[in-house]
Amino acid sequence: MVNGTARVADGVLESDSLLTMLRERLDLPGSKGACEQGECGSCSVYLDGVLVCSCLVLAAQADGHGVLTVEGLADGDRLDPVQQAFIDAGAVQCGFCTPGLVLAAHDLLGRHRDPSDLEIREALAGNLCRCTGYEKVLDAVRLALARRSR
Amino acid sequence: MTVLRPATLAAALAARSEHPGALLVAGGTDAMVAINSGRLRAEVTVDLTGVGELASWSRSGSTIRIGSGLTYTRLIAELGDLCPGLAMASRTVGSPQIRNRGTVGGNVATASPAGDALPPLVAAGAVIELASTDGVRRVPIGAFLVGPKRSLLAPNELITAIELPVARGPQQFSKVGPRNAMVIAVCSLAVDVDVASRRVAVAIGSAGPTTLRALEAEAVASAAIDWTTGALGDADLARFAALVAQAARPIDDVRGTAAYRRHALAVLARRSLGWSLEALRRAVA
Repeated sequence: MVNGTARVADGVLESDSLLTMLRERLDLPGSKGACEQGECGSCSVYLDGVLVCSCLVLAAQADGHGVLTVEGLADGDRLDPVQQAFIDAGAVQCGFCTPGLVLAAHDLLGRHRDPSDLEIREALAGNLCRCTGYEKVLDAVRLALARRSR
Repeated sequence: MTVLRPATLAAALAARSEHPGALLVAGGTDAMVAINSGRLRAEVTVDLTGVGELASWSRSGSTIRIGSGLTYTRLIAELGDLCPGLAMASRTVGSPQIRNRGTVGGNVATASPAGDALPPLVAAGAVIELASTDGVRRVPIGAFLVGPKRSLLAPNELITAIELPVARGPQQFSKVGPRNAMVIAVCSLAVDVDVASRRVAVAIGSAGPTTLRALEAEAVASAAIDWTTGALGDADLARFAALVAQAARPIDDVRGTAAYRRHALAVLARRSLGWSLEALRRAVA
């Protein structure tokens, strides 16, 4: 199941990662491939509701499990509040790291009612932004939290 | 590459027996890095994530049995009180994404000198449970880890569990790296204070071919601590720290020099035992 739909992927090599399968076989390029070693977080997806680096999951390991990618976060045309907060806070520069950061922030909001700045930093520690636009990302997370508590 | 996906431990052992040396993948946080880069090509890979028996922990009296497939995230959430040193070390592993997926069994199996979970396991005197279709054997972790990325794991075996005692007093783990997250340890250190038997154990990570105990430092601290109050003189604490540094067998590499590692280990040793004894003094006060 990918983003709520049962999907069958053809032509997947047994050594392919979940990331490769999503991008190259399932036409879901939102998850980004950069380091392919779990250092950058750009490929973050939910696997059975748990945030993981899809580059470190063997495609076969996802067979029979639920995957949620950044493409599945919005409800039709309605963006997820975390996506909207990233736009409103201007937390996007080149955009490459954005899908991973959006998912990591989304995961944090799902786990924590009222995270401290340190907890926000710890939650986003596995997502690198080479533009170094971290302050706006922290602003976006705080904005999403503030809007939720209103 | 063929991927086998056993759903039971028996099926996993049968797969490993039929394909000795098959690549075992659980969280994939080590194995997939090597596969993605093309460095690792396995003919047969056994995915262990479907084996539910491996992903749980249990307590029997004063012993905790941690299934090899337990993730760091679950360990931190569920075993922070029973195994605080191991939980602290687990919290320094990678990022949330890595801790959600990486397993303690994988850390032991990889047997890297820098494995974050290894110093607290070595300090606690953990026992590694190995299973094959021939049966089960238990090996103390100090014997199991034989060198950099080398262990006693036989080609037909799986690590099924890690057994360690419930903490018998304060424990600490500390680690040096260029940032607070996502670092491979430049060096690390675990202190395990066993109040009942009046013994301090200390293990050194990332400063030797494998995780090392500092036995002389342990003996000096164990004898010098006033166990009724938790007091330890500054000179004895300094001697403990110096003996820990002496017990290390570091090398110069990309992450740091041997001299830096020795220096940092003395600092970590002094602070970690100091913090542990502060906790002990609070407990007895």
